[in-house]
Amino acid sequence: MSMDSSHILSITTFIYALASVFYIGSFSFKKQVLAKAGFWVIVLGFLGNTTGILLRWVESYQMGYGHAPFSNMYESLVFFSWTVAVLYIFVELKYKERSIGVFVSPLIFLAIAYASFASGVGDKISPLIPALKSNWLIAHVISCFLGYAGFALAFGFSFIYFFKPRDSNTSSVFSRLPSLEMLDELTYQMIVFGFLFLTIGIITGAVWANSAWGKYWSWDPKETWSLITWFVYAIFLHLRLMRGWHGAKLAMVSILGFAAVLFTYFGVNYLLSGLHSYG
Amino acid sequence: MFFCSVRLTVYTLVLLATTSIIGTIVLQNGPPHQYVKLYGTGFYNLIKVLNLDDMYHAWWFLFLLLLLCINIIVCSIERLSLTWKTIFPEKVRFNRDRFRSLKNREIFTTDKEFDLLSNECRGILSKKVGRVLYEETEKGCVLYAEKGRWTRLGVYVVHASILLLVVGALIGAMFGFKANLRLDEGARADTVFTTRTRMPVKLPFSIQCNEFEVRFYDTGAPEEFRSNLTIIENGQESFTKDIRVNHPLRYKGINIFQASYGTIAPDNALFEIVDNATQKSITKKLKIGEQVTLPGDAGIFKFEGFGPNFKFRGHNLGGTFFGKVTLKEQKGFQVALPTKFPTFDKMRKGEFSFIVKKFDQRYYTGLQVTKDPGIWFVYTGFILMILGCWITFFISHQSYFIEMEKSDQNVTSVLVSGKANRNNYGMMFKIKKIVTILKDK
Ligand code: HEM
Repeated sequence: MSMDSSHILSITTFIYALASVFYIGSFSFKKQVLAKAGFWVIVLGFLGNTTGILLRWVESYQMGYGHAPFSNMYESLVFFSWTVAVLYIFVELKYKERSIGVFVSPLIFLAIAYASFASGVGDKISPLIPALKSNWLIAHVISCFLGYAGFALAFGFSFIYFFKPRDSNTSSVFSRLPSLEMLDELTYQMIVFGFLFLTIGIITGAVWANSAWGKYWSWDPKETWSLITWFVYAIFLHLRLMRGWHGAKLAMVSILGFAAVLFTYFGVNYLLSGLHSYG
Repeated sequence: MFFCSVRLTVYTLVLLATTSIIGTIVLQNGPPHQYVKLYGTGFYNLIKVLNLDDMYHAWWFLFLLLLLCINIIVCSIERLSLTWKTIFPEKVRFNRDRFRSLKNREIFTTDKEFDLLSNECRGILSKKVGRVLYEETEKGCVLYAEKGRWTRLGVYVVHASILLLVVGALIGAMFGFKANLRLDEGARADTVFTTRTRMPVKLPFSIQCNEFEVRFYDTGAPEEFRSNLTIIENGQESFTKDIRVNHPLRYKGINIFQASYGTIAPDNALFEIVDNATQKSITKKLKIGEQVTLPGDAGIFKFEGFGPNFKFRGHNLGGTFFGKVTLKEQKGFQVALPTKFPTFDKMRKGEFSFIVKKFDQRYYTGLQVTKDPGIWFVYTGFILMILGCWITFFISHQSYFIEMEKSDQNVTSVLVSGKANRNNYGMMFKIKKIVTILKDK
């Protein structure tokens, strides 16, 4: 049997699992070398992830459907892992903080694992309905998911905030984690990144809707929930300007924001009805 | 002041976010009886009072948006007059003591010749940052350069873009419309009916649908809808154009979108009637209401009509022709001839089998016709919002400061520091880089 994209993506899932194991191991046994290995494993997984997505794109052309691989829940989850991985690799290289991978790598793994193993998430390549055939779709999906990736990382960093011991002299495994100040900064940078791309995502979606249906906004549940998410992060940005809002309190808002992201992504599909067929 | 507080902004945004949830849970724009069925009479009265059945247009929701706009306007005016002086100062000044004590600061000593070093510093700053201010001090000199003062305007651009969006939406709601139009192939219309209120709107031209075509994938899912439309003005054909989903026709401020389609019930068909005993058959084209004599003069068959959905033992067999068979000296009965199953009537095992050999499938095209004069405000708002966010988040107002002091024995001590109005953390890298270059040369 030849390698098809689903195959490569299953292997990628295991690579990401391995990366998580390395990061968690490094964290538990206080071994930097494990985190270093984890990083290279994530890079490897990212390469597999990229190959899988590109191959799937080619396969869809071979089947005569010819569309970008962003059209159903499976493809979107795979792409979500990809965006979080890219952004994480960038952040680790830029900020040189290895230990932060401990909460982010499992996130990357969980998304792609859910795509591969959850029942009801099919990996079949199917044709696009006419409304989805638009270059705006590609722009819309890529920017929304870059936004989600930013928020996912922000969530990871906010989460660490609550594990980090306040007393820096303890010998707890958690004292390796970056300083609270650094976590604050990282969270903010990720939210700013996510906010910009969510904004672009909502806007490209609106432009697309206007070219397909003549209406740039129709208060469809998915649209509304992405707007709610956008409001939550706008609230975050403004709270930060007010006295007394930093640290743990702001980290809570970031976590709340990510809950809104998850609801926009999954909850709307399963609990509410509307135009969008997936995240 | 009340209208110029970020606290009010936060409260308004929290209210907008939480109330927006309601509209995703409570059915929107449904018929009254459905609300009574879903929520009961008591809740229905509450829903009516608060307009929860159309909550994104409810007075209190619009009031929240208005509050947000007033908040932005008042706040921007008040702050802009203050920050304008920061953004466009008459003269750029800097406070030496402040830069000497910044957190982002590096100090090193070097035995390079003083003037050479000073020229290097000036070179780096003017290349990386911008115009360099130079001042002599008792023991040496200080250099200062800055860039990106204008980026402090980014936030105002973001907030202005929100106002543009609201204005654009308002103009669209007041002077635009959104309507549906169903056109049979060959038909023509110049009046459309708005989606929400069913009010007639007369267009400045007529639309004629010449042809509609739908293509399917082998999975049965639709691949593409296409309508061939002709625009007619003052009784003259202006032009003809194909529209597809995502490829609308825009003319004179009016947009015509391919939205849906459907089949028109055929009013004639070619029938074949087979005598099952002799296998003899006749074929005859009939219009609705016409009839034909059965082979061997055994009775008559009358074409009664066509229905889009035929339910048979719990299955929907789709579009189906209906006819009435009356055999001599017997009571008539109805036969159903689903278009998808040509041999369906054979299974009845009657004296005669009826088959539809051929019919013309005609379609109607479902068009959405819209006009939105506010769209250019909205699109400008979109662009400004992205630009404003980009500027605000990723470009900052950065100031760099270098101080050189001659100590004894031809040694110069150098202090490099800098600050930025955002991402101050990233500044540290930039300072370190300058220091590396200075040490290297
Ligand atoms: C949906 C509505 C709004 C959005 C998306 C929005 C967006 C933003 C953004 C992105 C920033 C920059 C935050 C940062 O630097 O981290 C900001 C700052 C700010 N916003 Fe808003 N804003 C909104 C509404 C408002 C309103 C109604 C006010 C009214 C007072 C307001 C007042 C401010 C102020 C005072 C700042 C700080 C400016 C500074 O740093 O000098 N915002 N806003």
